[in-house]
Amino acid sequence: MNLDSQIPEGPLSEKWDNHRFSSKLVNPANKRKYRIIVVGSGLAGGSAAATLGELGYNVDCFCYQDSPRRAHSIAAQGGINGAKNYQNDGDSIHRLFYDTVKGGDFRSREANVYRLAQVSTNIIDQCVAQGVPFAREYGGLLANRSFGGAQVSRTFYARGQTGQQLLLGAYSALSRQIAAGSVKMHTRSEMLDMVTVDGHAKGIITRNLATGETKAWTADAVLLCTGGYGNVYYLSTNAIGCNVTATFRAHRKGAGFANPCFTQIHPTCIPVAGDHQSKLTLMSESLRNDGRVWVPKNSEDAGKNPNDIREDDRDYYLERKYPSFGNLAPRDISSRSAKEACDEGRGVGPGGRGVYLDFSDAISRLGEDAIRERYGNLFQMYERITGENAYQRPMRIYPAIHYTMGGLWVDYNLMTTIPGCFALGEANFSDHGANRLGASALMQGLSDGYFVIPYTIGDYLAKSGGGAISPDAPEVKEVMESVRQRVDQLVSASGKRSSRSYHKKLGQIMWEYAGMARNESGLGKAIGEIQDLREDFNKNLLVPGSGDNLNAELERAGRVRDFLDFGELLCRDALERNESCGGHFREEHQTKEGEATRDDENFAHAAVWEHKGDGKIPIRHTEELKYDNVKLAVRSYK
Amino acid sequence: MKLILKIWRQDGPQDEGDFEIHQIDQVSEDSSFLEMLDQLNEQLLGEGIEPILFDHDCREGICGTCSLTINGLPHGPENSTTTCQLHMRKFSDGDTITIEPFRARAFPVVRDLVVDRSAFDRITQAGGFITVRTGSAPDGNALPVPKDDSDLAMDAAACIGCGACVASCKNASAMLFTSAKAGHLNLLPQGKAEKDKRVLAMVSAMDGAGFGNCRNYGECSAACPKDISLDYIAKLNRDHAKAKIKKIFS
Repeated sequence: MNLDSQIPEGPLSEKWDNHRFSSKLVNPANKRKYRIIVVGSGLAGGSAAATLGELGYNVDCFCYQDSPRRAHSIAAQGGINGAKNYQNDGDSIHRLFYDTVKGGDFRSREANVYRLAQVSTNIIDQCVAQGVPFAREYGGLLANRSFGGAQVSRTFYARGQTGQQLLLGAYSALSRQIAAGSVKMHTRSEMLDMVTVDGHAKGIITRNLATGETKAWTADAVLLCTGGYGNVYYLSTNAIGCNVTATFRAHRKGAGFANPCFTQIHPTCIPVAGDHQSKLTLMSESLRNDGRVWVPKNSEDAGKNPNDIREDDRDYYLERKYPSFGNLAPRDISSRSAKEACDEGRGVGPGGRGVYLDFSDAISRLGEDAIRERYGNLFQMYERITGENAYQRPMRIYPAIHYTMGGLWVDYNLMTTIPGCFALGEANFSDHGANRLGASALMQGLSDGYFVIPYTIGDYLAKSGGGAISPDAPEVKEVMESVRQRVDQLVSASGKRSSRSYHKKLGQIMWEYAGMARNESGLGKAIGEIQDLREDFNKNLLVPGSGDNLNAELERAGRVRDFLDFGELLCRDALERNESCGGHFREEHQTKEGEATRDDENFAHAAVWEHKGDGKIPIRHTEELKYDNVKLAVRSYK
Repeated sequence: MKLILKIWRQDGPQDEGDFEIHQIDQVSEDSSFLEMLDQLNEQLLGEGIEPILFDHDCREGICGTCSLTINGLPHGPENSTTTCQLHMRKFSDGDTITIEPFRARAFPVVRDLVVDRSAFDRITQAGGFITVRTGSAPDGNALPVPKDDSDLAMDAAACIGCGACVASCKNASAMLFTSAKAGHLNLLPQGKAEKDKRVLAMVSAMDGAGFGNCRNYGECSAACPKDISLDYIAKLNRDHAKAKIKKIFS
């Protein structure tokens, strides 16, 4: 497997400029001759499709939702980072770069992260021009707030709906291109496989979810912007439809999958209430700006009304353990501390799996109106779900799976190990290392789509000449046939168990053994249990109805089938990464205080998995990560 | 709790539909409405009945995918709440609940409770954008926007495009949706340059999609899970009249 990262020569701050200059261009008349497939219409896919269409390429964009505006980027709440230094508080491109590398626990690629920090400022400008209604000061200029893992205020936000507003910006740009005819939008269409010819990406096979029609689409390049795989845990903050199928199918066709064990557990979610639960709801991390996290000092107090617990009997454990970052400690650290407190029996709420996020100090300091202005919609959402009023009683929160840093391995050009197949946004692995900082996902999705891929895809097409094949080519027909067989097989499954019950079970295994803390024996056990579950799935699955129309059970069955394979890969990666770093916490590797200990000598690399066929053990390759501009340090937020 | 559910079933856009009645037991009051339907679907699977199809995705009230007319009200009885965030504690043991799709000529049924809302996409494509090439934007702080204008634009931009406004309207008018998008962009200085063109194009696309006329009943705003105000409809009418007149005299 060729893992040449294609990092350009030159000093860090000049790499992207140099690369842009040395990239080949496609002249405007020739752009019309190229066809590009974009799978996904979130921040990465939507912005890429819009920009490439605007440049003159012929773009086909696909999404499984009924409209591109519904992609799950829409649910991001808190904000987007930009190294504008409008606050004059010491921010710079270099500081955003450093914070991101450090926040990722030194497991990301320097050159990519620096580029991300560089274009972060262009993103803000672009979004403002599109009409994204970012929060403003009374003077009319843009407002900022601080966010976990940073000591400067560089986060731009639109109330608690920043993802929605940025996505609607990208969707509006996409809509303009759809109207202009440069982008053809295909909604309710799910990618079920990728077509490769001589190892090059040449197209995809989709199933129209409304009519059941499977169809082949061919192009000169394929962009996978299909988000993360958090739903392998069943309960996560992802939308119900989010799945790994597109990236995993590409993986099976030769795309290396990097660091699948790097998953992010978000500290501020509404705790699980019962068995019926289908998803977990995130409460924006921005709440930690004004809320103080605590649990009772004594486990006997855990069942009491929080307002009856005296100040002296409360343990503000983040402030105690991390005095300089306090409640703004990074996500992985905050999440683990919550788990620790609950493991000690000091957790609150149903099942003792919750900690308090208390706004009473902020309310007495700023007044209830100020808090309502900042977080009103979040408090309202909390009340709808829990039936509790957080102005009067502290919120209960608990960590939940939220984001996945792992993804398809890509080089500096965002190309996977399949030439012509690119991965953007959460679907790739490159920028966040082992832990993503708050307000960085929106930045990365838009960076990849608006400002990176338009340059790098031109270089690929100019150098390779593309070469779209006919949808009737034998290679296409072959993949099409295998997809049809797979669908037929699923739809004829007449066992007893629903795909949901398998998904739930898989989620339980993953959360138990590959969740917030992992160890060797647990991961080994998980792999065995997943294999058994898969066998059971193949025998006892029940899918009703037919494949010729809308059939949600069939859709779920296909996604769960891929999650079963993928979950095993994730556990395998977690097992082989015999160190703790960022969101990957191996219990064998921690300090006396319970902090993660990295092993830079043996694991300062990205682990990239090569698929070797069903039932065969995948091969683990590595890309060494070189740090020329930052010193590898023990991450300290004390 | 125990519930009787009267649910609309329809095989396809051209088929006739009808209500099907199911009973469900042991519903937790902490369940969301959609989780209750998940539970029903698991039950139906066991009984050899095809599960009921409904649209849903984020389940946190922001993507606008979920719909459902519950006891005659789009998104059900709780104000400012989408179906996915409606929780069963709002119902009582023994209730009969009627569940229908969002009904409007411009939203044809796909299957069961799933409808086609692509008409909204077409309205946006007609003019719901600001023309700005990627990479051509000036500095974000180059153009100050008064906070009040920005807040008003944000209030309108909060629309999730779910279609409850249409489903609640006797005339199935899409004025609230259209005026929210147009209002968001027209209120901002960035959106002023294309204001007239935008308003004319969006209204014409809306009319072309088969939505009815607005008669200021106000049901739309009452049904809106994001509380989009009727003021935006007034503003759109005004902007539209101005654009029309300008066009006549230009």
